[in-house]
Amino acid sequence: MTDPVLSIRGLTKRFGGLTAVNNVSWDVYPGEVVALLGDNGAGKSTLIKCVSGVYTADEGEIYFQGRRSHFARPIDARRVGIETIYQDLALANNLDVPANIFLGREAKKSYFGGLIKTLDEKFMLREAHAGLDALDIRFPSLSQPIDSLSGGQRQAVAIARAVYWDARLMIMDEPTNNLGVPEQRKVQELIRKLRDQGVPVILITHTLPDVFAVSDRILVMHRGRKVTEKKTADTNSEELVRYMVGALDDTVNPVDV
Amino acid sequence: MTSSDAKAAARASVSRLPASKQFIIVASRLWAWAFLGLMIVFFVVAVPAVGGATFFTVRNSQNILVAITPVLLLGLGQTLVIISAGIDLSVGWVMSLASVLSALAIRSAFNAGIPLFPSVVIGFLAAVAGAGLVGLINGTIIAKLKVPAFIVTLGSSFIVRGVALLMSENTTVIGLPDGIRDYGNESLFYLVRGEGGGFYFFERPELSGEMLRQLDRILPYPVLVTAVVVAIAIFILRKTQFGRHTYAIGGNLQAALRTGIPVDSHIIKLYMLSSITAGIAGFLSTLRFTAGSAVIGDALLLSSIAAVIIGGVSLFGGAGTIMGTVIGSLIIAVLTTGLVMLNVQAFWQFIVVGVVVIVAVLIDQSRDLIVGRHGPGQGS
Ligand SMILES: Nc1ncnc2c1ncn2[C@@H]1O[C@H](COP(=O)(O)OP(=O)(O)O)[C@@H](O)[C@H]1O
Ligand SMILES: [Mg+2]
Repeated sequence: MTDPVLSIRGLTKRFGGLTAVNNVSWDVYPGEVVALLGDNGAGKSTLIKCVSGVYTADEGEIYFQGRRSHFARPIDARRVGIETIYQDLALANNLDVPANIFLGREAKKSYFGGLIKTLDEKFMLREAHAGLDALDIRFPSLSQPIDSLSGGQRQAVAIARAVYWDARLMIMDEPTNNLGVPEQRKVQELIRKLRDQGVPVILITHTLPDVFAVSDRILVMHRGRKVTEKKTADTNSEELVRYMVGALDDTVNPVDV
Repeated sequence: MTSSDAKAAARASVSRLPASKQFIIVASRLWAWAFLGLMIVFFVVAVPAVGGATFFTVRNSQNILVAITPVLLLGLGQTLVIISAGIDLSVGWVMSLASVLSALAIRSAFNAGIPLFPSVVIGFLAAVAGAGLVGLINGTIIAKLKVPAFIVTLGSSFIVRGVALLMSENTTVIGLPDGIRDYGNESLFYLVRGEGGGFYFFERPELSGEMLRQLDRILPYPVLVTAVVVAIAIFILRKTQFGRHTYAIGGNLQAALRTGIPVDSHIIKLYMLSSITAGIAGFLSTLRFTAGSAVIGDALLLSSIAAVIIGGVSLFGGAGTIMGTVIGSLIIAVLTTGLVMLNVQAFWQFIVVGVVVIVAVLIDQSRDLIVGRHGPGQGS
């Protein structure tokens, strides 16, 4: 395989006496969808927050595109192309699609030598169209507040935004939660499309259908530790559940049990 | 299809809504205009019927415009602040402080031998600087120390009021140069009705006796200044990144933070803008009355918030327009003027304005129930 996009080595994060992430090492390669699986409280979100700059790890190293990385704030991670889509999506429901895709990074036109700057709505609309087209996302209208879109459509806006801003690694925290079945399918389709475009995706989830629908590889966490790493093709739901509940454990480490 | 899908499909676009709902959306968007129009028609008919003067005259329309300038100016800054999901309770008293500051500045400048116009400019700068400082302090405490805006601006209202009374030594600041009166009361156009009358631009015709009563001032300077501020506010809110960020912060603070919008400094700027528009109102009142007053803005806070709400700005943040606030201010002014001309007693005026405020919110809420809080009925 080629060089990993993301390498985590011996990552540990503690909250007081609680070790939320315990000595996890992990690689993510270009063009793959990796499912990060585990029961509630397993440490999935904490691990991912260390990667996306929300938390600073207590121990261990993170390498992104081969370089040792320290992300003090989420914005630092975003600058190098690590886009995290949380459950709340970070969208402004009162604004339309182009406004959301360009939120915080609006395109502007200058007048009087830069003295007055106005929003370049035409450019943003055009780019939004192009960005959505590239992912085969279609909406009846882009110029309505996204409040009028469905949950899945909003998820699509968030994904399109990340892709538009050149995401090199997409992290999605439980993206299909709170979605109806048809909408879940659409989001899964989008995740596959991302992979086909070479953007690796880390999919945090505790629902198995997601895992089998889109992932190439699976990492299972239990009580902060990585208990196994498997190719999706080489496993089944039954086995994964046993890893998730701690009945199976590939690491031989009796101290932790 | 799940129920959430069905709901989403129903909300996907206006054109797919049934006609009755579409009607509600359009009506809720236009009701303020319609109400304003109906009210004017009503007063045009009703005022002469009770033996009053003609309602719809040039003079009366200009009087109404002059009357709304302070409420509207306070409402402009308030609109920006409320769209960002904040509130500024200090605007009325900031206006008073600015009135006192500009009066003191003009008087000292003029007494120090500075000519009239530069003295007025100094008065303007004093008003804006004093007001801007209050906004800076309000905004900093709200943004950096995370104290709720309601509390901060409530507290600063008292402080500002105290400072204004202290600086004015508990009385009206008088002794301003006579020429001030012209700045506050003259206008761009003049209309002299009747025989020997005419239309004059910029220069007030020399008139005496009976003829003086035939003189109408069209677009008095305070109205012009306010119109310019309105235009700037519309531009900022609709056309600039600053306006976009204001809606974003009010719509979803977390999203604004995560997408890297400089939320803290933005909030500080918003409260400064709110104070500064109040400062301009205070400055204009000093010109208009040739005096500074520490109580001039006392009653205006509630009127300005009422104007903003009647104009459809959401108190939850994220939605509203400047034109809405302009209409809201007009509704209050026309209503009050009309009721006065109908010889309706003052307490009824308050009651009617209160009813209109509540009805306005009810209309917005029923629209929100049908199409969602940020549905197609609202926008920047
Ligand atoms: N900010 C925090 N402070 C203290 N404990 C935390 C914090 N965040 C997570 N935890 C704890 O760390 C453990 C792992 O949590 P989390 O990473 O959210 O798990 P998951 O995402 O797999 O459900 C849990 O026991 C949780 O209670
Ligand atoms: Mg989690």
